[in-house]
Amino acid sequence: MMNRTIAPPIKDAVDFDIKLKPYEQFTLDNGIPVYVMKSEEQDTLQLELVFPAGSWYESEVLEATATNFLMKNGTSKHTAQEINENIDYHGAYLNRNAYHENATYTLHCLTKHTEVLLPMLQEVILDPIFPEEELSLYKQNQKQKLAVNLLKCDFVGNRFIDKYLFGDFHPYGRVSTMMAYDALQTEGLQAFYKKHYTYNNCKIFVAGNLPPNTIALLNTYFGSTKWNGETNLVKLDLPIQPAEEKKFRIFNDENGVQGAVRVARHFPNRYHPDFPKMLVLNTIFGGYFGSRLMSNIREEKGYTYGIYSQLYNFRQTSALNIQTEAGRDVCEATIDEIYKELLRLQNEPVPKEELDLVRNYMIGSILGDLDGAFQLIQRWKNLILNDLDENYFYNNIKTIKTITAEELQQLAKQYFTPGDFYELVVI
Amino acid sequence: MIHYNKFTLANGLRVIVHEDHTTPMAVVNVLYDVGARDENPAQTGFAHLFEHLMFGGSINIPTYDEPLQMAGGENNAYTTSDLTNYYIQLPAENIETGFWLESDRMLSLAFDEKSLDVQRKVVSEEFKEHYINKPYGDVWHKMRELAYTTHPYRWMTIGKELSHIENAKLEDVKAFFFKYYRPVNAILAVGGNVTVEQVKALAEKWFGDIPSGEKYQRNLPAEPPQPAAHKLEIKANVPLDALYKCYHMYARTDKRYYAADLISDILGGGSSSRLHQVLVKEKKLFSNIECYHFGSLDAGLMTIEGKLVKGIKMKDAEKAIQQELEKLQNEVISERELQKVKNRVESLLAFEDMSLLNRANNLAFYELLGDAALMNREFENYEVVTAAELHEEAKLLFDEKNSNTIYYYAAN
Repeated sequence: MMNRTIAPPIKDAVDFDIKLKPYEQFTLDNGIPVYVMKSEEQDTLQLELVFPAGSWYESEVLEATATNFLMKNGTSKHTAQEINENIDYHGAYLNRNAYHENATYTLHCLTKHTEVLLPMLQEVILDPIFPEEELSLYKQNQKQKLAVNLLKCDFVGNRFIDKYLFGDFHPYGRVSTMMAYDALQTEGLQAFYKKHYTYNNCKIFVAGNLPPNTIALLNTYFGSTKWNGETNLVKLDLPIQPAEEKKFRIFNDENGVQGAVRVARHFPNRYHPDFPKMLVLNTIFGGYFGSRLMSNIREEKGYTYGIYSQLYNFRQTSALNIQTEAGRDVCEATIDEIYKELLRLQNEPVPKEELDLVRNYMIGSILGDLDGAFQLIQRWKNLILNDLDENYFYNNIKTIKTITAEELQQLAKQYFTPGDFYELVVI
Repeated sequence: MIHYNKFTLANGLRVIVHEDHTTPMAVVNVLYDVGARDENPAQTGFAHLFEHLMFGGSINIPTYDEPLQMAGGENNAYTTSDLTNYYIQLPAENIETGFWLESDRMLSLAFDEKSLDVQRKVVSEEFKEHYINKPYGDVWHKMRELAYTTHPYRWMTIGKELSHIENAKLEDVKAFFFKYYRPVNAILAVGGNVTVEQVKALAEKWFGDIPSGEKYQRNLPAEPPQPAAHKLEIKANVPLDALYKCYHMYARTDKRYYAADLISDILGGGSSSRLHQVLVKEKKLFSNIECYHFGSLDAGLMTIEGKLVKGIKMKDAEKAIQQELEKLQNEVISERELQKVKNRVESLLAFEDMSLLNRANNLAFYELLGDAALMNREFENYEVVTAAELHEEAKLLFDEKNSNTIYYYAAN
C-alpha cells in the first residue's frame, strides 16, 4: 500500500528559471511605437492603443472617463449603432477604459477579421464627434448606475478610503458624483480628446496570431499622418492631501447586515526599493488564500467570506489597503484581528516553512501569469508604460527568491505600525 | 479543434487528457456530478457548503492548500445548480501534487467538526454579501420560487434559507460525501504540459484504489409546462424600478437550446443588440437592459432584466419589451443578423479556448453532457440553426403563458 500521508517530491520555486519572452518592436511612419508579442497557437488577436489620457489630466472630474467612453459613440461617418453593429457582426470586442494615468482602446477579434475591423477602429480613434444626445444619455445612465452603487457598502468604502489617503482634489482620491456628471459638456470632452488622443502620445500593443501584413495595416490606419497634431503633455506630481483623522465609521444603510472594513496606509511607489519586498510581505499578510488574514479571520473565525490586502499600482504614490466585508457585529473584532496580525509580523520573524511556501506560491503564480501572448504583452505593457524594463521584472523575482525573514521583519517594523493606518467601517 | 484522449479506470473514474506542450503549466480538474438540484428540499445549500468543506483537510492530508501552494499551485472551485467543479493550476513539473491532493479528498474527507463550524459561518457571510446586503440581491431567490413549482431549480445554489446551512450536521455531510463524491460520479480532466502515458500512470497510482461507489441515478421531477403567466411585485429600498422577465426554455442537451441561445444574443448580446439599441438608446426607457440565461443542464430560464429610467412607468417599459419580443415572433430575422450572432458564438468559443483552464474545464463539462467530443462539435450546432427555426422558437418561448415577471419597485 502506498503511503498517502507523504507528499510527492516537488520542484522548488527557486529552481524555476523564469524568462520573460522578449517583444518585437516596430515604429510606424509617423513614429508611433508598436510592441508585438506573436503566437501562432490560436486564431485570435488583441490590439491595444494606449494614451496618456487618464483622470490625472482632467480639469473637470470625469472628463477622462467620459471622453474615453464616448469616442466609440459616433464619428463623422457613423452612428454609435453602426459602429457597434460593425464590431458585433465580426464577433469582435472593442473595450475602452480610463485609468488614473492612461486610457485605452482594446480590440479583440479573430485574426481573420483584423483587416476589415481596422477602418472602424481608426474612425473611433481619429474621428469621434461626441454627439450631444449620446452625452446626455451617458449622463442619465451613469447617474442611475451611481445611485445603485451608492447603496453598496463596499463601493462606498472604496471611495472613502481613497479620499482619506489622497484627498478630494487628488486624482487618486477624487470620486464620481451626480454633480460631476451633470457638469460634463461636449466642448470639454472634445478639447480633452484633441489634447490627449494624438499620434505622438499613442503607443500600440499587439498580441496573438497577427496577419502577416499587420505593420503595413497599422501604418495605413494609424501611421501615415500626424493625426490630431502634436501635443506635449506635462505630468507633474500633485501633492496629496491625506485626512487628519484616522478612524472613521459611516452608516450608509441602517438595515445593513455587513460592514465594509478598510484599513489602509500610504506606501512608496514601485520605484522605491521597499516596493518589491513589500510585495512578498503583503502576500504573507493578506495577498493569497493561505495568508495570515485569511487563515485567521475567515478560516479560524468565520467573520467574512474573504479578506485581502493589496498594494496599489498607482504611479506617483502607492498605498497598502486591507479590505473585507464582514458581519455587522464582527466588524470591530475584524479590525482588532487585522492589527494583531500586523503586530505579529513586527514581533515574530516569519517561520522558514511559511516563507518557503510563499516564495513557491508567488513564483508558480508568475509562471502561470506568463502563459500565453496576451498575458505576456500585458506584463510588458506594465513595464513599458512605467518606463521600466525586464531588469525590474527579474529584480522582483530575485527578491521573491532571496528575501530573508529578518528583512521582512524589518519591513514590518517600518510599515506595519497600527497607528499609521486609516481605518473605516461602512455599514 | 481540441485534441484529447479518454480512458476509464476500473473503479469507473473517467479521465480525459489534453496535451499542450506550449505551456509550462498543468491543470487538474475534477468535476463531480452533483449540484444544488440534487439536494433534499429541507437541506438546501448543501452542495455548495460541501464545496467549502472540501478545503478543510482530507483523510491523510491535514491541509489542502498549503502543500499545493508549496508546489507553486493555485486552486478554486465552484458549485452550480447542476455540478460541482474543483480545479488546480500548477507548474507541470509538480503535477503529482495535484493527483495526491485530489485523490485523497476523493478517498475521504477528514470530517472535522471545527471546519464545519467555521464554514457554516463563512457561507452565511457569503450569503449576506451576495444576496442580502446588495440592492436587488434577493431577486433570484424570488424569481426561482416564482418560476419553478416542481423542479429543484426553485432554490438557489447558496440555499433557500440561511437556517438550512446553520443546521447542517456532520452526519449529513458524511452521507452526502459517500453518496456523490465517488469515482463513478466524477470526471477527471488533466491538461497542459503532460503526456497521456504520464497521466495514465498517475491516475492509476493515486485514484485507482479508491472504492468505486454507487452510480448516482438522478431522478428529478421535471417542471411541468406553465399554464398561466406568473407575476410578482416587490417593493424595496432601492433607487430605481427594475423589471425582470423569465421564460422557460430547453434543457442543455435539447437541439432547440442552440436556437434559444442565439435568440438571447439577438436580444441582449453586445451593444448593437436589439434591446439595448431600441429600449436604451432610442426609446430611453431603460438605463440598462440585458438578456441572458445560465445554460442550465435541465430546462432553464431565458431572462430579460432592466432598470427603468426614473420617471418611466412600469407598464410602458414592459410594453416596449413585449413589442420587441413580438417582433421576433412576427418577423423572420435577416440573414445578416443571424450571421452576426453566429460570428459572435464562433469568436466567443475561440477566446474561451485560449485558456488551458477553460479547455480542461470544458472537456470535463462536455463529458458530463455525454461525451467530451461534443466540445469540438459545439459551433456546428449553432451554424446549422436557420432563421426559420429561430422564428419558430421565438413564438414558443415568448408565449405570455410561459412568462414569469417580477416588478421590482423602489420604495421611495
